[in-house]
Amino acid sequence: MAAYHRPETLEAALDLLAAAPVTIAAGCTDLFAATPARALPGEVLDITGIAELRGIGRTDTGLRIGAAMTWSDVVRADLPPAFDMLKQAAREVGSVQIQNAGTMAGNICNASPAADGMPCLLALDAEVELASSAGRRRMPLADFVTGPRKTALGKGEMVIAVHVPDAATRGQSRFEKLGARKYLVISIAMVAARLELDGETVERASIAVGSCGPVAVRLGALEVALTGAPLAGLGARVTPELVARHLSPIDDIRADGGYRAQAATELVRRVLDSLAGGCEAAA
Amino acid sequence: MNRGFDSFALSVNGDPVRVPAEPGRRLSEVLRERLGLFGTKVGCDAGDCGACTVLVDGAPVCACLTPLAQVAGRAVTTVEGLDDSPLQRAFLRRGAAQCGICTPGMLMAATALLRDTPAPDREQVEAALGGVLCRCTGYAKIVEAVLDTAPGAGPGLPDAGAAVGARVERLDGGPKVAGSEVYGADACPEGLLLVRAVRAPYAPVLFSFGDIHAFAAHHGVEVFTAADIPGVNAFGTIPAFADQPALAERHARMRGEAVALVAGDPAVIEALDLETFPVTWQTGDDAALVHDTRPDNTLITGLVRRGDAEAALAGAVHVAAAGMETPYVEHAYIEPEAGIAWMEGDTLVIQACTQAPVMDRDDIARVLGLAPEKVRIVPSAAGGGFGSKLDLSVQPLIGLVALKTGRPARMILSRAESMMSTTKRHPARMSARIGADADGRIAGFVFDGEFNTGAYASWGPTVAGRVPVHASGPYHTPAYLARSRAYHSYEPVSGAFRGFGVPQAAILQETLYDELADKAGIDRLEFRRLNALRDGQATVCGQVLQGVGISACLDALQGPWRAALERAEARNARGGCIRHGVGVASCWYGCGNTGLPNPSTVRAGITADGALRLHQGATDIGQGSNTVISQIFADAVGLPLSHLRLIGPDTALTPDCGKTSASRQTYVTGKAALLAGQALRARILMLTNTGEDARLSLDGGVLSATDGRGSRRITLSEMPADANGYVLAAEETYDPPTVPLDENGQGAPYAVYGFGAQMAEVAVDCTLGTVRVTRITAAHDLGRVINPLLAEGQVEGGIAQGLGMALMEEYVPGRTENLHDYLIPTTGDMPEIETIFVEVPDPEGPLGAKGLGEHVLIPTAPAILNAIRHATGARITRLPALPHRVLAAMAEAWK
Repeated sequence: MAAYHRPETLEAALDLLAAAPVTIAAGCTDLFAATPARALPGEVLDITGIAELRGIGRTDTGLRIGAAMTWSDVVRADLPPAFDMLKQAAREVGSVQIQNAGTMAGNICNASPAADGMPCLLALDAEVELASSAGRRRMPLADFVTGPRKTALGKGEMVIAVHVPDAATRGQSRFEKLGARKYLVISIAMVAARLELDGETVERASIAVGSCGPVAVRLGALEVALTGAPLAGLGARVTPELVARHLSPIDDIRADGGYRAQAATELVRRVLDSLAGGCEAAA
Repeated sequence: MNRGFDSFALSVNGDPVRVPAEPGRRLSEVLRERLGLFGTKVGCDAGDCGACTVLVDGAPVCACLTPLAQVAGRAVTTVEGLDDSPLQRAFLRRGAAQCGICTPGMLMAATALLRDTPAPDREQVEAALGGVLCRCTGYAKIVEAVLDTAPGAGPGLPDAGAAVGARVERLDGGPKVAGSEVYGADACPEGLLLVRAVRAPYAPVLFSFGDIHAFAAHHGVEVFTAADIPGVNAFGTIPAFADQPALAERHARMRGEAVALVAGDPAVIEALDLETFPVTWQTGDDAALVHDTRPDNTLITGLVRRGDAEAALAGAVHVAAAGMETPYVEHAYIEPEAGIAWMEGDTLVIQACTQAPVMDRDDIARVLGLAPEKVRIVPSAAGGGFGSKLDLSVQPLIGLVALKTGRPARMILSRAESMMSTTKRHPARMSARIGADADGRIAGFVFDGEFNTGAYASWGPTVAGRVPVHASGPYHTPAYLARSRAYHSYEPVSGAFRGFGVPQAAILQETLYDELADKAGIDRLEFRRLNALRDGQATVCGQVLQGVGISACLDALQGPWRAALERAEARNARGGCIRHGVGVASCWYGCGNTGLPNPSTVRAGITADGALRLHQGATDIGQGSNTVISQIFADAVGLPLSHLRLIGPDTALTPDCGKTSASRQTYVTGKAALLAGQALRARILMLTNTGEDARLSLDGGVLSATDGRGSRRITLSEMPADANGYVLAAEETYDPPTVPLDENGQGAPYAVYGFGAQMAEVAVDCTLGTVRVTRITAAHDLGRVINPLLAEGQVEGGIAQGLGMALMEEYVPGRTENLHDYLIPTTGDMPEIETIFVEVPDPEGPLGAKGLGEHVLIPTAPAILNAIRHATGARITRLPALPHRVLAAMAEAWK
């Protein structure tokens, strides 16, 4: 029978990772769903017993979310409005049952094109912190997820935390997910947006789209176009050229690619208008 | 196998336990198979259905996704730990459990919510339960129950003579809310063999086996193939068309078809990698006939012809014509097929989920070469059926293993196996033309429908037969021509699914009616009222009906219709990208077999010690026959329900009540129960020489009858018992009087029809194409409402399935074999539902009652499509109406 490891320290986990190929397990919501087996197959490294991987809190440079933190932990955490979109996404990951077990870092590592957390974390300029027995490194999330089910995780390496730099913890944010039913749904398209304002003007916009290509993407051209724009009529500035052109959606059972691009554009518009409306109301 | 597992200490329902098991084992498996806590159900093993929801330190999680190691030292609470809570009592009182398979998951999710939020609002309840799927209830009664958990007993059982019409809690509900109900996968006798199937990876495929003896010897298992089948290796629900092998021979006609079985010690079988099974696959010729004996792949055609429909269309003032395409639809009951088989002497006993115990018995006996009396079917509870569990699944396979080895055999299909190998709703390609005269009266109707029946016959003949009979809808249609064809393909078997093809046909007919009404310039509801079939009019089969309730249903919608149209208009006047619309559609549906016998026999008796027993052979798959048939019987005898004990279903103990199908149990078995109750009462009245109005009471071994002349007592223990142990007994059979259809489809195919009409209100997002159904008003004619609580549950559940069919459900073979790619509605997708019951008594039904189970699904999808068209102009011609299709249809309409 293959071994099941549940170490209490990161050091022990990294030693195990260095020794042999293992499946890293946390919430197991993707791992179990991918096998008909009665037990997790192969050699397993369960990281949920490692205290160092827990916690959501401030660091010198920003905010750190430990790799073992679940979506429910994210919802409960005391976070600035820039994270509202992440909390909204957290509440739409599967069901409450899934949110209680599934981890945010696992959502990233699973590298599904429809990962609910990805657009939000991209719009938060998130970085992943990786560790192996050889040391630690950080890389932008945008570089970490390289394709469907593909990441830049090296041999013997694991994600130990997600960091959001101070600069990205500012502003207001919002997330929208479009699916064919209300709960327990894999999205057709989703959008996360964060706006930093200077009075009634957009100082900086961070906008990302998921489920419309192999990996969720930031909409750089749109962000540039919105910089310095007045809050009023923000959604009207969103054009297909600024959104759809930067996506590569596919046809599948949930929708066709053309629809996805169109829907993403509309969702971006709505998210921005809703943010602008909320900001105006608050002002 | 005895392996040196770590031992994990945890608390389960407050008790410390120590479990030796693999650390990575699913908690659901540990709870069920190691701790015997079968109340935690497994529906998908993927977190998609939530049936396995348990609390870990108070937080709801899916036990199927939780490795044992992660609950070490923690507190796990399962449904068995709830112990008769107010929530469970509310579930009973409110009728929140139908089949009951999702009930434990619902209860646990709700328990977590109520602990943090003791007085939640509806939205909070829906969100908390959003992760648990239910296929029976449409969620309405579940949400109501969670909103109504004030402690307190229900109304209790009604007095003698007052059962019919009362909101009686389901009599078999206790075990469902306690988690103690035994479903197909919930029995695990000692020393059993676990059975798994090797299945065809695609189709058509030719296959040959390698050295299966060496494989068996190497692993210490037993292998069975078609060569081991002692009887006729062809089963099927309609004997004349039986064509489906229990195990395929040389070639498989559909993906997922079983070709071999492995059986052995559960741990060994579980660990087997079936990819290593010695079988060679070779792609078959998909241009070849699916069955050599069926030219053009035609299984059967159906026809109903009355008058000259083409001439009528030629002379019509208004004509509407269109096509409609509907996909495979999966039943998606939360319980995958499962069961056990064992030998009792030379009798093979099978306990599995089913809707048709006697049909199972006869088919299994044929396949296994046994006399029917040497097979006994003891149905487990069925965790949903909706038609698919009429067909055999695991039964012949576990039967074969038990018969060959003499040991108990158990098989539990995975969600993927269940979806790929069991029946579906027939995909349909239909076209129709309907014409009306200048006044808007229907003049002629031509319908053609092609139904993909897949690899095997199953219920294809029934679909091809029912569709032409029903495609007119419940409207007077003087000239009619309806042709249907069921054809084979190398795709999943299409079988019975709530409505047998009628829902597909109604989608086309009812959407065309909206176009015709518009062309005639008549309000859409008025148009239907104008054309509604009336007492004394002939159907398209030439059957003159009495007790026709469609007009009453449509009349009942008049007020809600006007209000809804005004609401939609007012909302649309505000502008914006959300457009509101209202749609209406009707249904009719004949109860029981189409022009063929389908009797039910009910036995009842009183024992010497005064026990009143009802042998009730109708399988209750959640629809409520255990309760409804008891209500009818109890009032017929004149004794209170509280005295009644149910026996069966069990083919050794209960006479045949036929299949739970065709909306026939309340009507056919209900009528047999009425007759049996009346016969038993007559015998009591005769013995006591009392009058018709006598009041009966049963107290221990003394039966008393009291009328105006006084009271008489019978001491039961002094009377001789019959072979069944009864001192007083009755057994009655009822078979609907029908006339078979002739070559033009003329006859009297059903003795009783039920009617209904539903109205849907929708909000369509015109830039995203998403559709939200905000309200459904459903008027159904039940003839006589036996149990309003359970009947409402049928309506709400049927609407949920109709809504799914309209908006999200599409089974794609090989692609949607799970419950996250195949979507069914969740709590958050259901509209507010108002149910209006209409009682137009049927002259033939028991106490006037008509069937309801399938009717309720039929109008929902067309009413929604009509509402979408009303809101946006979009004409959907391919289901489901996914957002991208709605948007495309809108673009087409606005061109």
